[in-house]
Amino acid sequence: MWEKLTATEGRRGLLMISPPLIYAILMLAIPIGAIVLFSFWTQNFMDVDTTFTLNNYREIIEKPIYFALLQRSLFVSGTVTFVTVILAFPVAYFVSFHVPAHRKSLWLFLITIPFWTSYLIRVFLWKVILGYNGVVNTGLINVGLIDEPLTFILYNVNAVIITLAHAFAPFAILPIFVALEKIDRSLLEASEDLGESKLSTFFRVTLPLSMPGLVAAVLIVFIPTIGDYVTPELMGGAGGKLIANMIQTQFLALNNAPLGAALAIVAMLCVAAISLLFVFLNRRWLRGRS
Amino acid sequence: MSLRIYAIAYLIFLYAPIVLLPLFAFNDGTIIAFPLSGFTTKWFTALTDTKALHNAVQNSLFIAALTSVLSTILGVCAARAGAMYNFPLKRGIIGLVMLPLVLPEIIVAVSLLVVVVQMLHMSLSNWTVIAAHVLICTPFSIAILNGAFQNLDPSMEEAAMDLGESRWSAFRLVTLPLVMPGIISSLLIAFTISLDEFIIAFFLTGANPTMPVYIWGLLRFPGSLPIVMALGTILVGLSIILLTIAEILRRRGMARAGVKDKGSFL
Repeated sequence: MWEKLTATEGRRGLLMISPPLIYAILMLAIPIGAIVLFSFWTQNFMDVDTTFTLNNYREIIEKPIYFALLQRSLFVSGTVTFVTVILAFPVAYFVSFHVPAHRKSLWLFLITIPFWTSYLIRVFLWKVILGYNGVVNTGLINVGLIDEPLTFILYNVNAVIITLAHAFAPFAILPIFVALEKIDRSLLEASEDLGESKLSTFFRVTLPLSMPGLVAAVLIVFIPTIGDYVTPELMGGAGGKLIANMIQTQFLALNNAPLGAALAIVAMLCVAAISLLFVFLNRRWLRGRS
Repeated sequence: MSLRIYAIAYLIFLYAPIVLLPLFAFNDGTIIAFPLSGFTTKWFTALTDTKALHNAVQNSLFIAALTSVLSTILGVCAARAGAMYNFPLKRGIIGLVMLPLVLPEIIVAVSLLVVVVQMLHMSLSNWTVIAAHVLICTPFSIAILNGAFQNLDPSMEEAAMDLGESRWSAFRLVTLPLVMPGIISSLLIAFTISLDEFIIAFFLTGANPTMPVYIWGLLRFPGSLPIVMALGTILVGLSIILLTIAEILRRRGMARAGVKDKGSFL
């Protein structure tokens, strides 16, 4: 039996990958299948009615609140992604092109450290930074730039965007850095030897070659941000709640898990559709790479 | 030059919240705002007499320890399979195992919640949190261990087997020592992720909350905020120590495997 299982390289490989694979099937694939199924059921007071129905999806389409939340969530995720990637690119570029090789690890380590530590408290501290008596307002008043504390930076969508952009920064820097590292430096020299300026070399050589990293950065920021309910809960105030807060409320407070499941699926499908469209639009930059 | 200034400003932006933590943890005032009022260590002493916190910390340590061991074992299997074997559907299988890296955590949380509570009618406990944490930590373990397993020369294990060792003992005596730094690094990273994870734990935690879930409860009471700051200071300090050890070991592991360090494991 054992000999048969380990006879070929393919079988040995499958045997080796089977524990994580089985785990992923049991804990990821089956549960996701389960919420899809569950979203076609309905909550009937205390128990769940298992007759197939599209009622949850109908409710999502008919009640404007869900559409509004979804729209706002996609807007926030999109803006966070844009801001994060734009701000991250120069840092990745700096570390890849201007930091000496033996210092690169140190820089990346410094960039990733804040990302690993006390997520909740970090989000909360943005409240302290952006709040009425916060760091930004106190600082600006002391410098004399403003007389009254700014109120548009806390308890609204702006605050959610700033905080999320901070939380996902390393996620954006690392893929871009990896793509930049792969660029053959002699291509840049060739471009300049052939008369291109530094700026046009950047736009015609460096930027196109770093596109796979940029696309990866966009996806790795855009997709998970849709599922964050902590930041909108703490920073968003009444007008800054997102779809993830609604999913959480349906599951935990309102005890309507089937509707929550349907919302989660609709949100995932929107994110997946936008991501696929984005990859499709950028396909010419991704071609020819394994 | 201007790029360097920008990069340093960016680092300051990244570290801004963390730098504030100790300021308020040692601040003699209950309001978390400026100006600061004076130095005190009373919030740290307050930590030692909060019984509920101790339970939450114990829970989280148990969950994090088990998560780190299990996800590292799964990570070793996947990294070894990915680096040393060709097998059918390789890309698809690895893709599925790595999927939690990009999947929104709330999806992992609600799907497991539905299965455990609504379909299996089991109650939530530390084990449900562990199950989910292993799922999300495994991709990180794999990413770290890939660095250790790639470029590991398969002929070394073959040589050991030619000399009479079994497949398992060849792995244990030859490969394992070479990837050991990677394994410890993976244990530490998974431990740190699990200890800090909130979004999933909030859905799947049972009667005994984990530490982040407990902190979440405290954040609602303005009076307990300085204690949270003190706790946060300790946690950040602890995480930085663990991460530094993990990073040193990861680099050592890469060096042992003869790989040029590309700087990061993500």
